[in-house]
Amino acid sequence: MSDHDYRPKSKVGQWFNDRLPLLTLANHLTDYPTPKNLNYWWTFGGILTFCLITQIVTGLTLAMHYIAHADMAFESVEHIMRDVNYGWLIRYIHANGASMFFLAVYIHIFRSLFYGSYKAPREIIWILGIIIYLLMMAAAFMGYVLPWGQMSFWGATVITNLFSAIPFVGEGIVTWLWGGYSVDNPTLTRFFTLHYLIPFLILGLVVLHIWALHVPGNNNPVGIDIKKPSKDTVPFHPYIVIKDGFALLMFMIVFAFFVFYAPNILGHADNYIEANPMVTPAHIVPEWYLLPFYAILRSVPDKLLGVVAMLSAILILAVLPWLDTSKIRSAVFRPLYKQFYWILVADVLILGYVGAMPAEGLYLLIARVATAYYFLHFLVILPVLGFKEKTLPVPLSITEPVLGGSPNLAAARNKESKIE
Amino acid sequence: MKNLFKLFSLIILIIASNSNSFAAEKVEYLKTDWSFKGLFGKFDRASLQRGYQVYAEVCASCHSMKYLSYRNLAEKGGPEFSEAQAKAIAASFEVTDGPNSDGEMFTRPGKLSDKFVMPYDNVKAAQAANGGAYPPDMSVLVKARGGGVDYIYSLLQGYEEAPSTVTLDDGVYYNKYMYGNKIRMAAPLSDGLVEYGDGTNATIEQMSKDVTTFLMWSAEPHLEARHQMGFKAITYLIILTTLVYFSMKKIWSRVESEV
Repeated sequence: MSDHDYRPKSKVGQWFNDRLPLLTLANHLTDYPTPKNLNYWWTFGGILTFCLITQIVTGLTLAMHYIAHADMAFESVEHIMRDVNYGWLIRYIHANGASMFFLAVYIHIFRSLFYGSYKAPREIIWILGIIIYLLMMAAAFMGYVLPWGQMSFWGATVITNLFSAIPFVGEGIVTWLWGGYSVDNPTLTRFFTLHYLIPFLILGLVVLHIWALHVPGNNNPVGIDIKKPSKDTVPFHPYIVIKDGFALLMFMIVFAFFVFYAPNILGHADNYIEANPMVTPAHIVPEWYLLPFYAILRSVPDKLLGVVAMLSAILILAVLPWLDTSKIRSAVFRPLYKQFYWILVADVLILGYVGAMPAEGLYLLIARVATAYYFLHFLVILPVLGFKEKTLPVPLSITEPVLGGSPNLAAARNKESKIE
Repeated sequence: MKNLFKLFSLIILIIASNSNSFAAEKVEYLKTDWSFKGLFGKFDRASLQRGYQVYAEVCASCHSMKYLSYRNLAEKGGPEFSEAQAKAIAASFEVTDGPNSDGEMFTRPGKLSDKFVMPYDNVKAAQAANGGAYPPDMSVLVKARGGGVDYIYSLLQGYEEAPSTVTLDDGVYYNKYMYGNKIRMAAPLSDGLVEYGDGTNATIEQMSKDVTTFLMWSAEPHLEARHQMGFKAITYLIILTTLVYFSMKKIWSRVESEV
């Protein structure tokens, strides 16, 4: 953290700042020394903040017109799409915004995995991030229920039924969650309430996430500790602000393409059929961003163990800082880890693919192998790799090569441009 | 910059692989050139008006369209009937209103603000009249079916003699595009079934195309506005991104580091 000997120039500013140091905070955020070698993978933090704000603003607007009632929800969404001024725009931004949010969060998480950003001293940032991710999934799931289409209804039925796997109290918990003996109006109204609440919890956690980040400062592609401020850093403003801004604009072009030209491509057609408890859809599929976990759930034959596997797949990430025994952060200097990293990426993509397919035959077999590998990566490969792997020499600073002009920096730079 | 392009293509790749995974059950649908597809896609006004005619004269006897109002028919971006025409269409329907000051329900001619009149009083009545099958509401039908417009367009032309291996119950018909090939709806269209006011030849193919265009509009009434705004928004974003890119280059030229 930069030292805070900042004093506002004006008398009024000083008076105010002595009582509430908002100006000191603003000064800290402006001057915040950031590694100058951050690549574009580091711009997704800013992009995610944008996504959260977009979801909250569009969500508030939608809530003014939406009616959380089993008999009226579907119709009120059509009312928004047809009769509310620019209602179609707001709803499509909100619906596609959820997908964009997850796209960005997955890139953000995998960036952290590649560059070892979860390692000491950044474990708390990482764990806060995992909690945010869990809340995002809860919010997205409940948000998908609100239009009260067929996938909303049956998705809610399948997911809430998972709790019935808990021994002894499972059935009771499910009834409690539903507020009745099936997914119905009480379920919808409580999901709406929670869907409204969770984004603000996320917002609070994001503040903590950024606060925790500003204590040690950003990790960087070389993954070494750097002196701050120094020749290795640039002030957040204007350097990082404009770079994040540029990346955000690129992201918004992709976002706009979906909103204006393919607004329903990421959704399921069945959700334009009003919920009908009497008709079960042929395939019940969650939204794309939950598919890898859905695949893990279905790959275990036992219901309870399936739920345990699915939850473990997420919670295992929380202990990742202690599972990864390597002292080196960046995969740039870890030739073996780098390969396993890309295998993991492929593994998760495969899980996502089979999650969308029926759980039978070859798909089920692939899902089982991929699930096993997912856990193998975190529980066996990562701990062992820390001891066995022969890592490359790491430079001492970002700007200056290791003593005596060793070629390591050039090597590091070349590697960096090769990886993505 | 090189990294950035790689990043961009990776995003596209991930999205593409994901959207592909939803198109699991592939049937080759009949294709036609839809005027509303593409960056500048707009509805063919005449086709929408003909499509409404097919809907009103053929489909509407069984299929409701409960989210549409008669005023929509005169609105911009739709069939754009004149207000007088839309009023006349509305007035041709009997609407139940009330209760009046005596507490009685009464019927009156429809107004622009009325929703499309439903062919049946409720789902049960619709099922009773159709051998147990409920003719789905058509307001968002195009968006509620996997293949979208191509699926509806194909289905309307997909009636065939059932192959000898398939046995059909009474009131069930064979359609090669229907899921499971069995459909409760008899072939709704036949050549010359409606008489188009503009002299267009009412072939099954033509009527299918017109009514599907109409259904696309009913499911997505603001499609034209969306395409127009999308082009403006993306153009604006590209220009702004370019400007910000050069500003960024300029600002970062002060430090020896690459952006």
